[in-house]
Amino acid sequence: MNEAMHNFLSIDLLPMLAGTLAAVTCGLLGNFLVLRRLSLMGDAISHSVLPGLVMAFLITGMRSPIAMFGGAAIAGVVTVVLVELVKKLGRVEPGAAMGVVFSVLFALGVLLIERAAARQVDLDADCVLHGQLETLFWFPPGDWGQLFSFTTLSEVPRQVVTLIVMTIAAVVFVALLFKELRIAAFDPALATTLGYNAGMLHYLLMIFVAAATVASFEAVGSILVIAMLVCPAATARLLTDRLRSQIVCSVVVAGVSGIGGYVAATALPAAFGLEAVNAAGMMTVVAALLLVIAIVFAPQRGIIARRLHQRRLGRTVALDDMLAALYRLEEAGTESVDKAQLATLQRGHKADHALDQARKQLLVASVSGAIQLTEAGRAAARQIIRRHRQWERYLVDQAGFAADHVHEPAEQLEHINSAAVQRNLAAATKQASVDPHGRPVPNNNGDDDPESATH
Amino acid sequence: MGSVVTMSTEMLTAVPRSVLDARPEHSADSPVSVHAMTVAYHRKPVLWDVDYDAPNNKLIAIVGPNGAGKSTLIKACLGLVPRASGQVEFWGRPYKQMRARIGYVPQRESVDWDFPVSALDVVCMGRYRMVGWCRPVTKKHKHAALQCLDRVGMREYADRQISQLSGGQQQRVFLARALAQEADLYFMDEPFAGVDAATERAIVDVLRELKSSGGTVICVHHDVQTVREYFDHALLLNMRVVAAGPVDDVVTNANLHKTYGGRLTLLAEAAEAVARAGDGR
Repeated sequence: MNEAMHNFLSIDLLPMLAGTLAAVTCGLLGNFLVLRRLSLMGDAISHSVLPGLVMAFLITGMRSPIAMFGGAAIAGVVTVVLVELVKKLGRVEPGAAMGVVFSVLFALGVLLIERAAARQVDLDADCVLHGQLETLFWFPPGDWGQLFSFTTLSEVPRQVVTLIVMTIAAVVFVALLFKELRIAAFDPALATTLGYNAGMLHYLLMIFVAAATVASFEAVGSILVIAMLVCPAATARLLTDRLRSQIVCSVVVAGVSGIGGYVAATALPAAFGLEAVNAAGMMTVVAALLLVIAIVFAPQRGIIARRLHQRRLGRTVALDDMLAALYRLEEAGTESVDKAQLATLQRGHKADHALDQARKQLLVASVSGAIQLTEAGRAAARQIIRRHRQWERYLVDQAGFAADHVHEPAEQLEHINSAAVQRNLAAATKQASVDPHGRPVPNNNGDDDPESATH
Repeated sequence: MGSVVTMSTEMLTAVPRSVLDARPEHSADSPVSVHAMTVAYHRKPVLWDVDYDAPNNKLIAIVGPNGAGKSTLIKACLGLVPRASGQVEFWGRPYKQMRARIGYVPQRESVDWDFPVSALDVVCMGRYRMVGWCRPVTKKHKHAALQCLDRVGMREYADRQISQLSGGQQQRVFLARALAQEADLYFMDEPFAGVDAATERAIVDVLRELKSSGGTVICVHHDVQTVREYFDHALLLNMRVVAAGPVDDVVTNANLHKTYGGRLTLLAEAAEAVARAGDGR
């Protein structure tokens, strides 16, 4: 083993591992909080376990993991019960109830720590917030052969062992109860009638969140815990549309945040000759950055994807409108228009784009500057006009609109070209042949004579 | 003020209990029999001393105005909301023993349709009780779920995420999920609310299918016009049972008038007063 590797193992490996395990555990459990729109509950529990911890500590007088997890689990359940009570009796929204409960319990924890400090007990409120990743050292032997021996592994710090156990427990919990957690989150009423008590599952989940909080925050602090309960799950939610893939994705995002955050906190500043920054803080920042990237770039739900979709929609509407305008002019006896006349009907870059598109798709032809519909363009326009006038008919006959109020809504509705809606519309208007203004409704085949239809 | 509160609690508990003792045992033939059931939200009575024996193998509509306690009646039967008093039996036994034979379709609005599951995933939920704790859904159950989707004409949508379905399609997925439960008694909360014509027909077909295979369906139904057409029996409800029986006998103008207005408003007023007194306002 060379020196660089030995340095990595003794200085970097454990903090990185601890941070990543905490991120993965919280990210995994966070999926169910985000789905139930209970993200704030993670925040609440991660704060309110403090009095539970201190109480367990004061009663047993030692920092045994069992006492700590017991105290945290009780605090977690108490938090959920108190939130429900405040919500019901105080008649306030859930957010307010959680806010009140966790701030009061956290404050209680701080007061209890002061009491404990008076009895010379080693507890520190600061480390609860930002953790002590940097204090995790390990002194592995110099060669690979002895690395996995019992003595070496037994020297791994307690916080890391706790986190490894907690991560395994969380993975087993979610894997075993995947179906139960899914139905309780989606449809708690049905879950309960089927015998999967949604309330019980909720408490169980909260106990796990409380335990994950305790396992994590000695090493990484509660800020990372809160961020990891929300960010990876929210990121994964934007990228996937199945719960299973969302969970896998959230774990990957949490892992990337953990490792990436640690590298960014240590190696990156070193490259610029700066001091390393708080690793847990950097992991949180990376997780938040990944969420922002997902919000902007997600394939379907991202801001850019939605903008593009809207633009495509806008262009289709502009093209439809242009074809319809040309059709109406034809009806009035104007076979062709020039660009200037067309501009009086439709303006802006959308109109220009619509004209280009129409030309490309051979829907219009321009003969020495005069623009007119082609056969294909006329057929497309007929469909649009048909929908428009059928909608007008429907709005007047069946929705009770006044005849002079239907043009605007029909302008919107004519762009819906779903076959099912069209079929129902034709049925509802009983194949009416004229619109409320007496203009003919073109038929589906394109073989009618508009003159005869006006009668 | 204290005396008023005491009175209201007594009103909710004492009366039904004494009446209950006087009632004869209900027959085990009735898929569900409700005895002297009273339910209150925040001390405000929503259902008052409801007695009802559902006839076997019928399509039954629960009809009544908004706030009449229709959904609450279903939820209280299934133990989803606590009962202030009274009891409910299914084929003469408590709910917990009969769970396997009872299906439930909640209101469509009661769930988050953005949830990351496919239509097939939702239908599979109907089989969860048969699958059992901590076990994954097997191929056999998925196959059964697919067949249920087929029965409501939604097989081709099995892999769609549920947010991509129309309201009517979502309701049909819920119906397929109920079919997947393979129950003998179904409770459906407003299955016809806000659906298109095709879905309405699909639901009616499924209801008739369920009946012909020996099942009983109890639906909260809003549309008085179609009650006679779709259902055999009706339960007219407005905090109390106004009338119950075959649709031709009970869905009459006089009963509808009683249900949707008239005398019972006084009971509603009294309930408000009880709630107000309990709040100390």
